[in-house]
Amino acid sequence: MGNYFTDNDDILFLFEHADLPSASVVMENGFHSSKTIDFAPENAADAMDNYFRILKMLGELAADVIAPTAEATDRIGNRLNPDGSVTYAPGIADALDRLGRADLMGFTLPYEYGGLNCPQLLYVMAIDIVSRADASLAVFFGLQGIADTIERFASKTLKERYLPDLASGRTTAAMVLTEPDAGSDLQSIRLRAYQSENKEWFVHGVKRFITNGCGDVLLVLARSEPGTMDGRGLSLFVVDRSDKVKVRRLDDKLGIHGSPTCELFFDHAPAKLVGKRRRGLTPYVTNLLNKTRVAIAAQSLGIGEAAYRAAREFAHTRGGFGDTIEKIPAVRELLVDMSVDLQAARALTYLAGLHLDYDSAIFRRAVPVERDAAGQKKIAAMLSAMGKYYASEMSVRVANKALAVLGGSGYMRDYPVERHVRDSRITTIYEGTTQIQIVTAYRPVLAGVAKSVIGELTDRDWMGDEAELVDNLREGVGLLDRAADYINGRRDQSYSDLHSRRIVDMACVLIVGALFCRYAEFNDAKMTVAKRWLDTKLPELHLSCDAICSGNRSVLDRFDVLAGRVSHGD
Amino acid sequence: MNYHSVVCVKQVPDTNRITGNPMKDDGTVNRAALEAIANPDDMHALEAALEIRDHHGGSVSVITMGPPRAAEVLREALYRGADDGYLISDERAAGSDTLATSYVLACAVKKLSPDMVFCGRRTIDGDNAQVGPQLAEKTELTLITYVDSLVAVEDRTVTARRDLDTGWELVAAELPVLMTVAHTANTPRPPSVKRMMKLKKARSRPEIVEKLMRDADWPDKTSLKTAVDRRAAELEKHGLLIQSWTLDDIGAKPGRCGLRGSPTKIHRVQSIVFTAAEQKRFRNDEAGVSELIGLLIKDHTIR
Repeated sequence: MGNYFTDNDDILFLFEHADLPSASVVMENGFHSSKTIDFAPENAADAMDNYFRILKMLGELAADVIAPTAEATDRIGNRLNPDGSVTYAPGIADALDRLGRADLMGFTLPYEYGGLNCPQLLYVMAIDIVSRADASLAVFFGLQGIADTIERFASKTLKERYLPDLASGRTTAAMVLTEPDAGSDLQSIRLRAYQSENKEWFVHGVKRFITNGCGDVLLVLARSEPGTMDGRGLSLFVVDRSDKVKVRRLDDKLGIHGSPTCELFFDHAPAKLVGKRRRGLTPYVTNLLNKTRVAIAAQSLGIGEAAYRAAREFAHTRGGFGDTIEKIPAVRELLVDMSVDLQAARALTYLAGLHLDYDSAIFRRAVPVERDAAGQKKIAAMLSAMGKYYASEMSVRVANKALAVLGGSGYMRDYPVERHVRDSRITTIYEGTTQIQIVTAYRPVLAGVAKSVIGELTDRDWMGDEAELVDNLREGVGLLDRAADYINGRRDQSYSDLHSRRIVDMACVLIVGALFCRYAEFNDAKMTVAKRWLDTKLPELHLSCDAICSGNRSVLDRFDVLAGRVSHGD
Repeated sequence: MNYHSVVCVKQVPDTNRITGNPMKDDGTVNRAALEAIANPDDMHALEAALEIRDHHGGSVSVITMGPPRAAEVLREALYRGADDGYLISDERAAGSDTLATSYVLACAVKKLSPDMVFCGRRTIDGDNAQVGPQLAEKTELTLITYVDSLVAVEDRTVTARRDLDTGWELVAAELPVLMTVAHTANTPRPPSVKRMMKLKKARSRPEIVEKLMRDADWPDKTSLKTAVDRRAAELEKHGLLIQSWTLDDIGAKPGRCGLRGSPTKIHRVQSIVFTAAEQKRFRNDEAGVSELIGLLIKDHTIR
């Protein structure tokens, strides 16, 4: 009998202090729905009570029902049947059934389509909790952004046809983007979409690496404008699962074995256009990716949490050198770094979730939010990419360190940590690789968007210990300014690209630092974490700033020498 | 063929998640240290009833006896899909032992005349596992204990597998029956969020009385009753009134209820505290397991 919500002090803290009530206010738009929907909240306090109940119930389900199946799911995986259908691992199938019956598969969808109309921020917390139990399940639970995309851009007919079933868990969905020759570079997608004489759409061609490609509702990006070469020739379609859509193979992969990764062949499959032609990539898929990226960030948090807890418990009980190994300074530092890294990633990811809510509110014209739409869109896009980048890399770091703490035991399948290591690795790849996230985030950082977010969080008078923290933070912001000015002044695109990761890293550190300064006001633990963060990160910021301002182009200019020649063999 | 089931549930202190000293100095349970929850086995009983309803149609009613706050377990059952709940709350029933409790429940069950009655195998506070069998006796229902899985319900016959510890027994019985359900029978479904968000506002009359008395001073009983009636009617209009019964409503004789109806005498209560004095790790191989077994035999944990 456990609970992955109430046993997690960090999630409980952020539930209280990450502005969830303001997210409820924008989502519920004056709380009018309570007059017509008998379960809709009457006010922010009522909404918060609902949210707490939802996470508490989910926390129990995750700990008692889902987590015990994760190991078996990892071993069993999925099966491609001769008739082309795919059988999920029993734990996944059972969990999906339960999540659907608990009304949790339409988490953020509006009431009218059978959803709970909850904020993205709450959904992010929910994915965090579920992923700690089983990272594989998160790809089903965490892909509700697909339904959101249909809700936002498709016709009323399509919404009514697809959304209620998705919300109830009767159907599952997949986002079908990647092709053999188009991964991160979605502009070069080739899957052909064409119209018959009576104006019906069809798609034809191959897609690969499709998570849950065996799902019932496929959201497909395809080239509808023959002769075009870039994103402006792409449109978005919904394709039903049928005998015109064949799962050709299931990929055998490193981790998340419970998630079926499919190669799909569309054999002139009937399709329905979502929204308008040529808008497929921008804005539809771009918008979808903002949400799914934050979802993957949340999945990364759950994996990191699971790995960290396994290591913490092991170090606490494992004897060695005359005591438990947690007394060894090197082990202590590993555990502290893991814990602080995890809290940093969670703070950043939840902030991204909150800004997705502000963005949705503006879109729904629900706004009591005093923000301009374009500015908010930029912040949401930057934070989504940053959250995905930071949290996914964190999960790899934390899982790796957890394995280090367990040593030989961690390398064995007797403990779950090797699974966390394998599962974590995908988070830095799908929904856009780490490098793609950096490309997405760094232009807004150079343009001052990160600085404005930091300002919004910290521009006021601070007292006592917090004032000292904020002074350190402002010193760091000065370093980011210097580095950005140098890059902007240099007007050297490849040099700028070379340092994009450093720039984004600096911005991540500072936004997290700003959040930590705010949290430090609430309790001693958060104050201690904030101090540790700035104490360890400020020297790194100096280092990054120096590297950026050095003007050293050797990686670009002396590449052949430094990287060595390609050997073509005999 | 559809069936009407009644599930008996009890609110208990959560002995699995103890947050402070579980016993007071006088040997009684320190309820403040323990969160009140629905008795775990009862949730398995509820799940069994809900599964039958989902497959065959019919309805599931849930009853509990206790103070006003015990209605929380009814709400918990309603979130999971129970059709209605009944709170039997009467000060004259306070302090009931298993005999008195089963008498009160029997009066309520007879009023509902169901096809099937489900109880949890045991509660985690009393741990007597007596109320189910006593209730079957008093209602003259066929009793099937330790139900490990419900194999089939066809027409007027139920087939169930009983867990006998040393094996299983397959039994078939004519309805109506009473079954006590073990935790191995199923995995209870989670609450439906939509039902939860709506029905968290459902209240029973005893709770309304309690709240109104806490919120204000009432000059006389009539004005309080008027206020209670008004609030109850308002809730009922929105489907949020939980039914409640007094002993009189179910025709129970007060002399057979509460302390007066409870012959059980507690001889002595001991607070036994298990502490982990030391820990020992065993290797995950044959030799390690042999060493563990040897030690357990030596300290008479196993024979």
